Amino acid sequence: MINFGYQRNESATLDLDTTHSELYKKLLDKEPSAATCISCGTCAATCSAGQFTDFNLRKIMLLCKRGDMQSFKPIINRCMVCGKCQLACPKGVNTRNIVLILNKYLHAGKISK
Amino acid sequence: MGKISENLNYPKISVVVKNMKSIAIIGSGIAGIEAASRLSKFGHKVYLIEKNSEIGGYVAQWDRLFPSQTEAKTVLNDLIKKLNNRAEVLTNVTVQHCEKKDRQFELVLTDNKHLVVDAILVTTGFDIFRAERKEEYGYGIYENVITSSDLEKMFAENNVVCKNGESPKRLAFVHCVGSRDEKVGNRHCSKVCCATAVKQACEIKELYPSCEVFNLYMDLRMFDRHFEDMYHEAQSKYHVNFIRGRLSEAGENKEHQVIIKTEDTLAGKPLKLTVDLLVLMTGMEPCYLQKTINSKLGLRSDTDGFLSTKNSFTENNLSNADGIFVAGTCTGPKTIPETLADSRAAAGLLNSYLMS
Amino acid sequence: MKKEGKEQIWKDYQKEIPDNDFFYVRSCIRQNLFPASEVIFLKILREELGRNVFETPHHTTCGGIGYHSDIVPMETMMTIIARQFSLMTEAGFENYACSCITSFGLYSEVLETWHHFPKVLEKVRKDLKEATGREFKLPKTLSHASDVIYKVRHEIAEKAKYKLINKHTGKPLKVVEHIGCHYSKMFPNKGVGGAEYPYVLTGMVEAWGGEIIDYPERRHCCGFGFRQYLVQANRGYSLANTHKKFESMEPFEPDMIITNCPGCPFFLDRWQYVIAETEGKTYGGKNQGIPVFTYEEVAGMVLGYDPWDLGLQVHQIAVEPLLDKVGIPYNSETKYLGLDGKNLGKPELPKNICSC
Repeated sequence: MINFGYQRNESATLDLDTTHSELYKKLLDKEPSAATCISCGTCAATCSAGQFTDFNLRKIMLLCKRGDMQSFKPIINRCMVCGKCQLACPKGVNTRNIVLILNKYLHAGKISK
Repeated sequence: MGKISENLNYPKISVVVKNMKSIAIIGSGIAGIEAASRLSKFGHKVYLIEKNSEIGGYVAQWDRLFPSQTEAKTVLNDLIKKLNNRAEVLTNVTVQHCEKKDRQFELVLTDNKHLVVDAILVTTGFDIFRAERKEEYGYGIYENVITSSDLEKMFAENNVVCKNGESPKRLAFVHCVGSRDEKVGNRHCSKVCCATAVKQACEIKELYPSCEVFNLYMDLRMFDRHFEDMYHEAQSKYHVNFIRGRLSEAGENKEHQVIIKTEDTLAGKPLKLTVDLLVLMTGMEPCYLQKTINSKLGLRSDTDGFLSTKNSFTENNLSNADGIFVAGTCTGPKTIPETLADSRAAAGLLNSYLMS
Repeated sequence: MKKEGKEQIWKDYQKEIPDNDFFYVRSCIRQNLFPASEVIFLKILREELGRNVFETPHHTTCGGIGYHSDIVPMETMMTIIARQFSLMTEAGFENYACSCITSFGLYSEVLETWHHFPKVLEKVRKDLKEATGREFKLPKTLSHASDVIYKVRHEIAEKAKYKLINKHTGKPLKVVEHIGCHYSKMFPNKGVGGAEYPYVLTGMVEAWGGEIIDYPERRHCCGFGFRQYLVQANRGYSLANTHKKFESMEPFEPDMIITNCPGCPFFLDRWQYVIAETEGKTYGGKNQGIPVFTYEEVAGMVLGYDPWDLGLQVHQIAVEPLLDKVGIPYNSETKYLGLDGKNLGKPELPKNICSC
């Protein structure tokens, strides 16, 4: 193999043909209210953890739906589980439970029974 | 119940009408039919002029209606039943010539029939945007790209399948095709496509529960009563995927599936997706005959091509010409209930005008 | 794929292409990358088809490479182009034909700008007059050289010795057409067939016996994109775009690629080598690439010109397998001899991909 001094860039595209939203499907089984998120961002706006870290629940929910787990794995445990987002959510999504489920899956490798 | 509503809606004005007046209604969609049945009930002579061979307009071509999934033919049949053959329906004709004589209009139709009427109601409605014009979406070229109207026909025929006859495993709806798009000359929102797309998404999931459904939208406009419930159900019950992004292009792979590209604007990333069937939510445009009709009747359209009204708040059933009234989607996109309400208002106004 | 749909679009995008008397201008880079293509264009038009084509050594760059790399400002570029038009005017021609796609895009952009902003045109006239004493008329027609070959494609087909047909199977060759982005993506009505489904190369391939394949990334950039390639640090992006195209066309098993842009055939040809050398992947079967040609080379091939006189030996991807498929004879002994018969030297051949 020859080194030309540059390499082909990896695609930045969210390719829904190759990504899998398995985690999202599991999440829906555990917490059906996740389906009703409308990405309004109220959760992220009210989030205390988001003031100090790059934790952003709106983005996490969206990336989870798109099957892009690696992008939010490093930040999912920055939530303090204070529950403010749940109070603010206009759709009644059980946000706290979602964070707990995702955290467990991504850092303990499974979703608890 | 029928009797009560008849009595409520139509007080015995009809019997007290002494001088029967006549009205020409141009366009026999639901707006024309509803106005015809009201005006004839008031005791006037109504001519219902239709360019096609059948009355009923676009509602006649639809399967079920949002948000209640009521069958379109039920609604249309109710309207036609109420009309009760009281109007003179003239099909396969349009207005060839119009001349105002005192307070009356003399109309010559394309079959050379002459009508003398006391007023005209324009209910010319809309046309569906021709999806071929968004060339990059490949309608008419890629065999699994269809429009929302095509899908309604498939629902009506109970035959929602891809070109190869198989049921779709993945399907996407593209909102705002020919609407909110200055590149095709349509800045306006067509108002009904968002709700239609969500309705059709639910219907697909009802039919094929394992089919993955994606709705690609710019803004979701769930503005009317029960629309938000329908959207909520699409999410909670059917797990329809909503992606905020306008489709940039569609292509076809070797298996004749459609590959679509968009930006997921909420994730901030380009997104690619292969679907078995792509449904284009084609919007509303002014009727293709509107300009011709305007020139014959002396009417004006706004820059969006829909008819101008005298005052968009208080006199939205009056055109710029005396004695010519307007109702329905010829003055801009409307839902079916809005169209019918507008039409009834126009009929009431027309009646007062004719009696004055 | 429904061809009728494309044919409808092709009907909508027809442009005026003159039949004779061209003022022809060359590309900055094509003579280095594909040394015979422009000569072949002149030979076909003048000697085979008896057309009058004029060219002048006073022609310079149009400024396109600098313009698209943000080095040459628009005012400078417009004045350079005004000077080219003055050369045309002095020579007594009014049909401008350029070899380069980017030049074609620039000319189209400038003519459109002057059309909408006549004051800009006046300023350019003044600037050119002050700087060089020259005056100019606007061309009556602007053609890309591929438009001209498109125009005479059937005449070429009549004189052709070979067809784009696989002589072993008797089936048409499967051809990928790649149109330079600056041909019609900016001004769809200035290209034959428009922007989404251009017909200019498809028409040639069909006339010469081949079959076009449409693959999902057909419209995508070849990977040149000026800044994406010119800066070494960005080349991974250029490569990624080419890679995307080849991954997309691979399932269709194309026999060859035809292009109408100076940069595209170069990148589609050379990046196949880089992909093979860095990732071990080839797209024309084991160790085989997909040969890439300019439309002049393809015209020369079907007319039966010696492949080495067409400059095919300077390609990266080996052309011999394709020549064998069509049945075009070639002499391996003379492959690396120059026009003067002197040995040009044999290139070092890579291991991972069969090369010229």
